Amino acid sequence: MRKWCFLLATLPLLFSLVACSGQSGQTTSTGGTSTGQQGKSRFDIIKSRGKLMCGVSGELPGFSFLGKDGKYSGLDVDVCRAIAAALFDNPDAVEYRKLNAKERFTALQTGEVDVLSRNTSWTMSRDTSVGMEFAPVVFYDGQGIMVRQNSGIKSLSDLKDKAICTQTGTTNEQNLTDQMRQRNITYKPVVFEDINAAYATYTQGRCQAITSDRSQLLSRRSNLPQPNDHIILNDVLSKEPLAPAVAAGDSKWLNVVKWSVYALINAEDLGITRQKFAELANSNNPEIKRFLGTEGNLGQGIGLSNDFAARIIKHVGNYGEIYDRNLGSNTPLNLPRAKNNLWTKGGLLYSPPFR
Amino acid sequence: MAPLWRERRFWRIASQVLAVCIVVIVVMVLWGNLNRNLLTLGIKLGFDFLGSQASFDIGETSIQYKASDPYSRALLVGLVNSLQIVVAGLILTTIVGISAGVARLSDNWLVRHLALIYVETFRNTPLLLQLFFWYFVIFIARQEQEVTKLFGAIYLTNRGAIFPWFKVTSATSVWLVFITAGAIAVVLLWRWRPGHRVLVAISTGIAMVLFLWLVTKRGPFALDVPKVFNHSQIKGGILLSPEFSALLMGLTFYTGAFIAEIVRGGIQSVPKGQWEAAKSLGLKPGLMLRLVIFPQALRVIIPPLTSQYLNLAKNSSLAIAIGYPDFYFVASTTFNQTGRAVEVMLLIMLTYLTVSLAISLVMNLLNRTVQLK
Ligand SMILES: N[C@@H](CCC(=O)N[C@@H](CS)C(=O)NCC(=O)O)C(=O)O
Repeated sequence: MRKWCFLLATLPLLFSLVACSGQSGQTTSTGGTSTGQQGKSRFDIIKSRGKLMCGVSGELPGFSFLGKDGKYSGLDVDVCRAIAAALFDNPDAVEYRKLNAKERFTALQTGEVDVLSRNTSWTMSRDTSVGMEFAPVVFYDGQGIMVRQNSGIKSLSDLKDKAICTQTGTTNEQNLTDQMRQRNITYKPVVFEDINAAYATYTQGRCQAITSDRSQLLSRRSNLPQPNDHIILNDVLSKEPLAPAVAAGDSKWLNVVKWSVYALINAEDLGITRQKFAELANSNNPEIKRFLGTEGNLGQGIGLSNDFAARIIKHVGNYGEIYDRNLGSNTPLNLPRAKNNLWTKGGLLYSPPFR
Repeated sequence: MAPLWRERRFWRIASQVLAVCIVVIVVMVLWGNLNRNLLTLGIKLGFDFLGSQASFDIGETSIQYKASDPYSRALLVGLVNSLQIVVAGLILTTIVGISAGVARLSDNWLVRHLALIYVETFRNTPLLLQLFFWYFVIFIARQEQEVTKLFGAIYLTNRGAIFPWFKVTSATSVWLVFITAGAIAVVLLWRWRPGHRVLVAISTGIAMVLFLWLVTKRGPFALDVPKVFNHSQIKGGILLSPEFSALLMGLTFYTGAFIAEIVRGGIQSVPKGQWEAAKSLGLKPGLMLRLVIFPQALRVIIPPLTSQYLNLAKNSSLAIAIGYPDFYFVASTTFNQTGRAVEVMLLIMLTYLTVSLAISLVMNLLNRTVQLK
């Protein structure tokens, strides 16, 4: 009899507790649907934060590399600087995050970085199902293979039963698989998460070859002990359009990134450089005037000041200047412009009109 | 009747209910949070992606796999690779750990101090560092064509370590059938004939082996000893990749150092009286350890040993650092290509949880058999 009394006495308590937990469950779910956060663009967050969070690799001289002076430099870095210049009129209002190939998408999705400017290839699945969206291509690349000069390897078919190093989470890993499958060549992939481990393994001779985007092979080769002992095969395995990316579903912020990149290209097209910037500011060419914001109000359309393009050119220069500074003939990489030239000069760079 | 709050039983039930409620609330808050965040990111949960084509190659596969297989298959390949490392690692680390633990108590000054140095260096440096050491300094430190020979039959090259191994012969299946049948017969005989059991079992065994040898004219396996030709080409034996070898050695020696300390502690926990009693019975040191000390030490050793085994299993996920395609590695590639962070993390958690629980289960059973009843 006593026993039942206790059970009866504890029951209401149990109910009240369950009820309270049910309620709290409810509040969290309603809280979820009514968040004001959802409508807020990353653009506003960045503006109020006062600086841009930019995801880079940091391991590739010419694209993004942490120099001895503790500053990042490279083409990918200059894209970040250009965006910061457009936003804040200050190219240094950027905080960089070093991300490896595997970490990069999560960092973008979770908002740890605002923009990913890290030699990332634009592919359909990344654009559609990985939760991100791409800005225009800043470097047209293709995948290559690097081998030791004295290995006697001349083409893909010489790689039969050889070990090939690569990095996980890259398109390179998949392209290699495709190419070898198509040619029916057996090989041993040795895959690393860290790019430095991959190159160390290659230099130690565990792998007879290493594969990556050609520009990256060149960039890393310049850092090897004896750069000239290594050659890059002529085979191009794939298309690698490297482009900055932002999290999907935020067109306001995507527009800012997109038109900042176009501004770099269009400036070269219009012949506006950092030096000639001052004199061109008084030009009476309406196209230039519109571009530099002395006429019209294009900048307002993306929530920026009308001279956003002028700020970019003033602080970082046009695409050609960025290219020459980081990858051109005065740099160890010495990469010819090739496809990365203006459409008027036989390349693929083309900006829609600023109008 | 005493007031409710003075009753022990009320509080016992109430605290249980409270605990359940807290768990429910926490889970709901977390789940709500997850859903809300995924909603804002526009991501839907689901495991359909496991069926789509993986399209990446895996360097080491013990079961059939090609890049056109689905992700689920790739994950299975990774799991098998992980299990291989874990099982081999558990066996080796037990041997290393017990040897080093016993050596720590040796009467021989040199042996004792060597064991001490081993334990202290391996226990006090990070495992990741040790993995890099094994990989870059031991296993791939040779020139491309260079071959190092160890103990006359093991070869080290940059492609991996090559060991003698067994080769299946035409008689293997016959042998297997007869040996299984023989084993069953022995068990039955054991039950049936009370006297001379051992004698009967041994003589049947010998008779059977002789018979099989005469009929098939070969052993169950042939030894496949690697041979060098053309200076650097090696034929035969089994090739363990440098990635596998480095991971195995790293896990074995790292965990072994901890096990050595557990074994030493276990042995030292046996009261001195037991040693003296064993000695006074006239047991030799080896027998003394085996018959008197170890059975008692085991009671103290097994629970902490279980945690070390679990650590080894979980630490095997560091494979990714030195390019060994274990489960964690394949899962991260999958996650990276599909963008399915939540689902893949769930899979990883469940898999390691299952492996750990399996190890715990076996060890708990073992523990039960050695404890005093
Ligand atoms: N473009 C390719 C490859 C990009 C990539 O991550 N490349 C590697 C080299 S293979 C890299 O840059 N690693 C630098 C790092 O991890 O910091 C992609 O988007 O998947």
